[in-house]
Amino acid sequence: MRVREEGPADLSGATGLSAQEIAARVRGGELSALGVIEEHLARIERWEPSVHAFNLVMADEARERAAAIDALVEGGADPGPLAGVPVALKDLLCTRGAPTTCSSRILEGWRPPYDATVVKRLASAGAVIVGKTNMDEFAMGSSTEHSATGPTRNPHDLGRVPGGSSGGSAAAVAAGFAPLALGSDTGGSVRQPAALCGVVGVKPTYGLVSRYGLIAFASSLDQVGPFARSVADAAAALDAISGHDPADSTSLPGPHESAASRLGRGVDGLRVGVIAELAGAEGIAPDVARALEGAAEALSSAGAKVEEISVPSVTYGLSAYYMIAPAEASSNLARYDGVRYGLRMPGQDVTEMYMATRSAGFGPEVKRRVMLGTYALSAGYYEAFYGKAQKVRTLIIRDFEQAYRTFDVLLSPTAPTTAFALGAKTADPLTMYMNDVCTIPSNLAGHPAISVPFGTGDDGLPVGAQVLAPALGEPLMFQVAEVLEQAAKGQAK
Amino acid sequence: MASVPEPISKEQVAHVARLARLSLTEEELELYTGQLASVLAHAADIEALDIADVPPTAHPFPLSNVLREDEPAPCLQRDEVLAEAPEVESGRFRIPRILSEAP
Repeated sequence: MRVREEGPADLSGATGLSAQEIAARVRGGELSALGVIEEHLARIERWEPSVHAFNLVMADEARERAAAIDALVEGGADPGPLAGVPVALKDLLCTRGAPTTCSSRILEGWRPPYDATVVKRLASAGAVIVGKTNMDEFAMGSSTEHSATGPTRNPHDLGRVPGGSSGGSAAAVAAGFAPLALGSDTGGSVRQPAALCGVVGVKPTYGLVSRYGLIAFASSLDQVGPFARSVADAAAALDAISGHDPADSTSLPGPHESAASRLGRGVDGLRVGVIAELAGAEGIAPDVARALEGAAEALSSAGAKVEEISVPSVTYGLSAYYMIAPAEASSNLARYDGVRYGLRMPGQDVTEMYMATRSAGFGPEVKRRVMLGTYALSAGYYEAFYGKAQKVRTLIIRDFEQAYRTFDVLLSPTAPTTAFALGAKTADPLTMYMNDVCTIPSNLAGHPAISVPFGTGDDGLPVGAQVLAPALGEPLMFQVAEVLEQAAKGQAK
Repeated sequence: MASVPEPISKEQVAHVARLARLSLTEEELELYTGQLASVLAHAADIEALDIADVPPTAHPFPLSNVLREDEPAPCLQRDEVLAEAPEVESGRFRIPRILSEAP
């Protein structure tokens, strides 16, 4: 263990409580929601200048909302399962009247005229929104360095990145700014930063959580997911935001089993497949590989049948993803043209205005991906790149189907390394893209996956183990994740 | 089996930038050409796959023709939406002229 001064990852008081403890005490009248939010705001004031997790802290709105929740409790009403729980939102979830920027200059100052469905659902569960978190611009990146507001830093080591693209949300939960946060995961953007910041991160089944009001990056892959400091809190957060939404045409018809329905059952008799191609992949650091072996052994000791399984096509996931996601992004981001919202730069005619606006408003990574996607979709290259990538997607789905005939869940590392130094990977985009190699296959298949902290690397920083499940296999996935969490706590003692 | 395309050229990058309504400086063009070439070179692994018979997947689940009951419901308020626009005139979005000739 490293000996160090108190840092942003050392939690105490209400900021060290779980979301469920806070909600239970607020509902029981033992803790005031206002007191809870004040403690979190004080912690933000102390550490936010070092971490930069937020693009916007909504202190006044949060206090007002917390006071309203306390009034409900005093009046004998129940504010809901997340009563008084502070929640941080990735800055691509629309909040009516409050700036939503995607960490991009092109949306600077824009105030959405409506709330995302997940924001409404959090409100009706009694949660208190504390602010909007920093991210890689339009969710394109794996380090939160591609942000127009500057990078977020990892609370465990301020010289390192928090991962990305939902790095601000991951850092906010790790630093005790909020016990829960929401992010979005298109190729690993919840799970990878969760792994690097030592918290739990979930990518739900495609269609389980409404995307109405989630600003689109790659529509066949995007999914909203929660961050928490425990598996049970993450399940509670997912239950609060999931379910059918008629405003999202990709929303799956319900009802769905609660994500928490199988917690506490252990893993005795369950079959767990360790994905050979990801566990031993080139580029997986030896300390991460060792931590994953520990996770596999822990599940085995708890009674699971753990074996290695080959899922051969996942090795093509990275290439397929970096054709499909930029192609969809190039189309989705065509809407930022200076006409209806956000930045407009002057031009003699409309085309000049478009070009001036987009060139000034988008950062380098967004430009790269928009050009890559435009190229992959362009005449003469469509079949070779985009068409091929969509076929690879079919292969990956088939290989997973095959694996789930023998296994209940699959296991892999979440990220190839622990948190890396700021600036270490910004010069070469491909090196940065490699961070997503273990997380991408679940997005391509539309399946759920969760990252749970398990052990530390040689540098003492957190490592994440990823549990993958078939579509709508969340209850089983959380059941296994909880056992890993308990084993990790046992080892740390 | 599909042939592997040549590495992307500066001219092609300039072309896709124009299609995407981005203007690039000479330095940016140079930088992005190299970076896009290296990402596309990585994709050569899927280029080389012989999977002509495999059907493509555009969307993870086969949901199609998702319709709701045709019931009237309120939509966004026009004034609230227009308040966020860079330029507005007579209840509409105002933009610079579309054709480059002077009016």
